Amino acid sequence: MADLLPEHPDFLWRNPDPKPSYDAVIVGGGGHGLATAYYLAKNHGMTNIAVLERGWLAGGNMARNTTIIRSNYLWDESAAIYEHSLKLWEELPEELEYDFLFSQRGVLNLAHTLQDVRESVRRVSANKLNGVDAEWLDVDQVKEVCPILNTSDKIRYPVLGGTFQPRAGIAKHDHVAWAFARKADELGVDLIQNCEVTGFVKDGNRVVGVQTNRGTINAGKVALCAAGHSSVLAKMAGFDLPIQSHPLQALVSELHEIVHPTVVMSNHVHVYVSQAHKGELVMGAGIDSYNGYGQRGAFHVIEEQMAAAVELFPIFARAHLLRTWGGIVDVTMDASPVVGKAPVENMYVNCGWGTGGFKGTPGAGWTMAHTIANDEPHPLNAPFALERFVTGALIDEHGAAAVAH
Amino acid sequence: MLLISCPNCGPRDETEFHYGGQAHVAYPEDPNALTDEEWGRYLFYRENPKGLFAERWVHSGGCRKWFNAVRDTATYRIAAVYRMGETQPSLATGERAAGDKISGGVK
Repeated sequence: MADLLPEHPDFLWRNPDPKPSYDAVIVGGGGHGLATAYYLAKNHGMTNIAVLERGWLAGGNMARNTTIIRSNYLWDESAAIYEHSLKLWEELPEELEYDFLFSQRGVLNLAHTLQDVRESVRRVSANKLNGVDAEWLDVDQVKEVCPILNTSDKIRYPVLGGTFQPRAGIAKHDHVAWAFARKADELGVDLIQNCEVTGFVKDGNRVVGVQTNRGTINAGKVALCAAGHSSVLAKMAGFDLPIQSHPLQALVSELHEIVHPTVVMSNHVHVYVSQAHKGELVMGAGIDSYNGYGQRGAFHVIEEQMAAAVELFPIFARAHLLRTWGGIVDVTMDASPVVGKAPVENMYVNCGWGTGGFKGTPGAGWTMAHTIANDEPHPLNAPFALERFVTGALIDEHGAAAVAH
Repeated sequence: MLLISCPNCGPRDETEFHYGGQAHVAYPEDPNALTDEEWGRYLFYRENPKGLFAERWVHSGGCRKWFNAVRDTATYRIAAVYRMGETQPSLATGERAAGDKISGGVK
């Protein structure tokens, strides 16, 4: 039978065995780990590096998010790093020579209450001051951008308006990972799958290697990019992170004719909806309330999100659910990520992106690479250091970031 | 959906409950005596084990009483439920209950 099958397409990366030693080892082969490896090699000339992934590349949250990319965050620090990330997104298809279907179709964040309206208008002003494209749309303008939205005032939470970021959009997440992986591999990075980190080798308070199910690997520097499992790895390395891991669910419908021109997010009734290129409606929920590493959540959360979606989009009422799934998101108390040095020498940590890590993929990789190469944070990620949980200089995006976390 | 045994009302659907995070976190006896590091740890740091976890729940849709549970955060199985003020059953946080396996292969 095998001779009847078509040739396997070209492999996008080698599958090397781990070398005994690397200048830097990145733990976690998701989007952030791959982007970090790519920028380490490209921007900083560090090519004797490896990405260790315990499963397969980009099989965690990178394959489970709803692919929304935007930078309309309220606070200066967030706007800066997410906008930098968005600018990188705009260059990446050409730079990585990979069309991963980055579609700047805009993101509409709906307001349903007077408080929503006030916060939205404030956020638009803050965005403009930070050079982020943003506008406030009244109901008629919202309807113009997204005609299938129910803007009647006869629903429980009528749409009172919304903010719109035209440069925001979506991309095909697995292709993004493969694009980074292929380029990183070309630059000499070893991408090692099925390689689970089981411990760290330390000399005093300095990390000098990682223990894995494929043997001990010496490492000059170690970076953690493990999202939901960051706390588990940090514990192995002897420190704690201000993170709680939660299940976060999403779903897709069967394929439909393209009817949805943009991305709609609603903080108040909590759902976010876009339509993928093939035609599936892609929707995301809020996190399940409890701590969980199970990559699955409860159906009542899905039900709530569907109720919101159907009220906003009556046209979807007969759409069939095709698939639901869960990822594990790493949530900090201020809903902002941690990108910086760990309390262990030569170790760096990138985590806490919570429900919004996909859009941050290039920005996280860029700033992490800088931090690893220079042993100093980039100005963009300096405010996102662990120290803010001691100094109190939080970047409080809870409720401010255009979607509840 | 979890089926949670409220110590007062018995087994009920998860939708009747609200989650309260890690159990047994006492308010510092003398907050003014804490360093910034210690205060930061009290405010922002909670255990986040993959495995058994002692946590608080409140039965909002029933008796409206808080209680504690020991639950496995990987399998979601609830190993024990106990009232506020009772000591935590001797299940070590972060470990797996006997015979508990995480389904799903590599994950």
